[in-house]
Amino acid sequence: MAEPWQTAEIPGPAKALVITKPAVVVAMIKRAKRPILVVGHKVIDTRLGGSEAIDLVIRLAKAAEIPVVATAHIVGEFIKRDFHPAAWMPAMDIGNRLKDPEWNGIDGEGQYDLALFMGMPYYMEWLILSALKHFAYKYLTTISLDRFYQPHATWSFPNTKTEEWTKNLENVISMLGEK
Amino acid sequence: MIPFNGGVQLSKKSLVVKVKELKTDVAVMKDLQVSVGRVFEETWAESIGPTPFPSITDLRAWDFKLLERYKPFYLPFCDVCCLCTFGKCDLTKDKRGACGLNMAAQQARIVLLACSIGAATHIGHARHLLEHLIEKFGRNCPIDVGGINVEIEAPVTRLVTGIRPKTLGDLEEVLDYCETEVTHLLSACHTGQEGSNMDFESKVLHAGMIDQVGMEVADMVQISAYGFPKADPEAPLTEIGWGVADISKPVILVIGHNVPSSIGIIDYLRDKGLYNKVEVVGICCTAIDVTRYSPSMAKIVGPISWQLRYIRSGIPDLIVVDEQCIRADALPEAQKIKAPVIASSPKNCLGLEDRTKSPAKEIISDLVEGKVPGVLILDPDKVGEVAVETVIAVASKRKKFKSIPEIEEVIEAAKKCTQCNECRRACPNDLPIPDAMKAAAKGDLNPLAQILKDCVGCARCEGACPNDFPLHSFVVAASQNDLIKEKFKIRVGRGAIQDVEIRNVGGPIVMGEIPGVVALVGCANYPHGGREVAEMAEEFAKRRYIVTASGCAAMSIAMQKDEEGKTLYEKYPGSFDAGGIVNVGSCVSNPHIAGAAIKIASIFAKLPLRANYEEIADYVHTRVGAVGVAWGAMSQKAASIASGFWRLGVPVIVGPHGSKYRRMLLGRKDRKEDWYDYDARTGEKVYVGPAPEHLFYAAETKEEAMVMIAKLCIRPADTTKGRAIKLTHYIDLHKRLYGVFPDDIDLFVRTKADIPITMRDEVLKFLEEKKWKEGRIINNPTLVPRLIKKRKE
Repeated sequence: MAEPWQTAEIPGPAKALVITKPAVVVAMIKRAKRPILVVGHKVIDTRLGGSEAIDLVIRLAKAAEIPVVATAHIVGEFIKRDFHPAAWMPAMDIGNRLKDPEWNGIDGEGQYDLALFMGMPYYMEWLILSALKHFAYKYLTTISLDRFYQPHATWSFPNTKTEEWTKNLENVISMLGEK
Repeated sequence: MIPFNGGVQLSKKSLVVKVKELKTDVAVMKDLQVSVGRVFEETWAESIGPTPFPSITDLRAWDFKLLERYKPFYLPFCDVCCLCTFGKCDLTKDKRGACGLNMAAQQARIVLLACSIGAATHIGHARHLLEHLIEKFGRNCPIDVGGINVEIEAPVTRLVTGIRPKTLGDLEEVLDYCETEVTHLLSACHTGQEGSNMDFESKVLHAGMIDQVGMEVADMVQISAYGFPKADPEAPLTEIGWGVADISKPVILVIGHNVPSSIGIIDYLRDKGLYNKVEVVGICCTAIDVTRYSPSMAKIVGPISWQLRYIRSGIPDLIVVDEQCIRADALPEAQKIKAPVIASSPKNCLGLEDRTKSPAKEIISDLVEGKVPGVLILDPDKVGEVAVETVIAVASKRKKFKSIPEIEEVIEAAKKCTQCNECRRACPNDLPIPDAMKAAAKGDLNPLAQILKDCVGCARCEGACPNDFPLHSFVVAASQNDLIKEKFKIRVGRGAIQDVEIRNVGGPIVMGEIPGVVALVGCANYPHGGREVAEMAEEFAKRRYIVTASGCAAMSIAMQKDEEGKTLYEKYPGSFDAGGIVNVGSCVSNPHIAGAAIKIASIFAKLPLRANYEEIADYVHTRVGAVGVAWGAMSQKAASIASGFWRLGVPVIVGPHGSKYRRMLLGRKDRKEDWYDYDARTGEKVYVGPAPEHLFYAAETKEEAMVMIAKLCIRPADTTKGRAIKLTHYIDLHKRLYGVFPDDIDLFVRTKADIPITMRDEVLKFLEEKKWKEGRIINNPTLVPRLIKKRKE
């Protein structure tokens, strides 16, 4: 059984299913009609293998053809890499919109059914995932792509070493078919 | 009640007429009693407003207007409720608890509990100060927070209660009211009381408003009676930092918020001519307040998060704690360095024996001989005598005995570290302590020293370490050589804002020519150390905003130097004017910031102030571009302080840890229908744009916060010139910190006259892409229908 990364962050009776293999993420993405990837600022100061996490996120978003929402101030970092997120807004704002069943999405095409998260401060992502677990569970599945177990997500990787995390994400990209 | 004329009783609270027997032409009445609520003395020309001493529901309609626009976004900390013996109750997936409460209401209840605790703490603090100062100076001691420069001495109290206090005694009734309200608010949290999350939220706002009154009372009485700086923009500079104490002398460390016992120490030193024989240094707000009393005899060590590290350094020879934000393990930590402790507040007795009535000599002897680790003394003057005489006797015995290990010990322990990661998993900031230990094992202590810069001083790492390594002490040991040199300048808390300052800036603020008032307040639970607060302060002071500060945030602003060795308080004036950095004082000084916004409405706009909360809040919300930033907000007090600003319509930004308050109040700029105000002249509903966009919101990074600060200063009533200035800052900061042009400028440009002239081409191009259409500028927007001057037919 997976444990939260921050020891005292005990969620309660509803805990994330553990992603035991990258194929689970791939299947969820493929099955989703309206997926979205929410990316926090920590992807610009985290190194994964030989590159920064943001580079891997861009490859993943391209492979999955998922719109990206950049939170905090990192939109410019994406653009520097010639990748244009679908939107940028504070983490609280995207959480609040995903919680609203009436929201029409960034493109006006309707609410999302799958939200993948990566790169926010652990506790902040923890809380936003909790909000979605409680108030958006009827229509939204959430996946944490972070290195640490996020118990409030629907699905989360367990706490893993950086090398294994990198390998998992590379496998996801590879299975999705890198473009 | 004062008996009056046999059968009539009068007080400020109520008029009760009792008539034993009344015979008239039509009837005979026996034992008639007529009660007329509250009686207001009419020596004040201003007539009483609509909501004197508002109850917990009197401003509910106003609250709901705010809450309709800024809807709560709940972030449950856990899935259950465990407040009663029905529970734990699983509240996932729309389940209700055994009492019938759902998750949204439960979260709102927790927010109300936090804010009620915060308000009660400040009100209790105010009550203690008031009683103590009435005992010392009498009920007729005049309230004077700024002499002739401050005619509106108590803007919050006047606004909320309708009372204009003139003496300390006048404030007893104000606190009676606050205490009653907090009791009602807390009672609403009981099982089987309030069931609606929105009503809980309204009560949260009430708690915040009451908290502001309590804080204002606390600071008014201490300024008036102790002679703190009275609205002085040139309040003196004093020293702050780890290295402020002359460690060749005995050192008394004071910790907490409630200053009488610290003042007892200063008075005793002064009376006995010992002021250069003993060092008095402080941590947290009591340090701020004791330097307001004596900037030459007292010094500030640092914010709340420095308690453990400073105690363990062995520098303090004796520790005096009063109340609030004091570590619960202050006593055992003090024992480790053999420093006696004096507890001085009924709210924080630390299990120590109450020696208030013992002769001072006996207490001193017991402490010096180490018969007891500490004592409880509930008499500030006696605390002064015992603290000074004890520290003089004990200092030479202690020889600065410390519990910080030597570097060699750190290295040896690091070699035994198993890299289990438990310390990191316990760290609120996820700091890489295992990596730093790995480096330390090889003799490189720099990574450990770096940890201290982002450390909040909680020492949870130590509790988690299976080897019982004192990891926080290791981090301090690695930094000690640098720490000892740290000495900065801070301007002591000036207290209120002068009426003349309000007259000078009221117009420019309301017009938007001074782009905003940024209030940097709150605790030190920072994601990346206090330097980020200093960065924000300087950025906005340079941009000619008015920057105000209080509490630990005011300390953090002081703790950076430029290349010339100057701190921000030395570089920027302390006046409430564009480009000023204004330290108002401690936590309880925050109402001076709210009061400034209220006084703008009262002095500049000449709105009636007395018991006229809704109208003033409506004015502040639609016109005064103020924003609070509590970057390290940690406590329940910080929550209630924030909620006091929310009810006034002032948005508050917190740092990422603030998300743990479990509820945001967020606007939705993508929902145009949410942003209609009334035009007060015609009654027409008009689109005013998302200004301000949020009422309470946690930012992920300082860059995000800085951009949001600029944006949240925008108000519907900005003039075109003011709006252009505000947009200039918003766009400029967004481009610099985000690296791109903002994507929502079309929502804030009402007409082309709003476009910043230096950015005209860029903005016009953007507006064209967005198919923007010119809108209208409403000079007199309001959220309150009763304030419409002429209703549209």
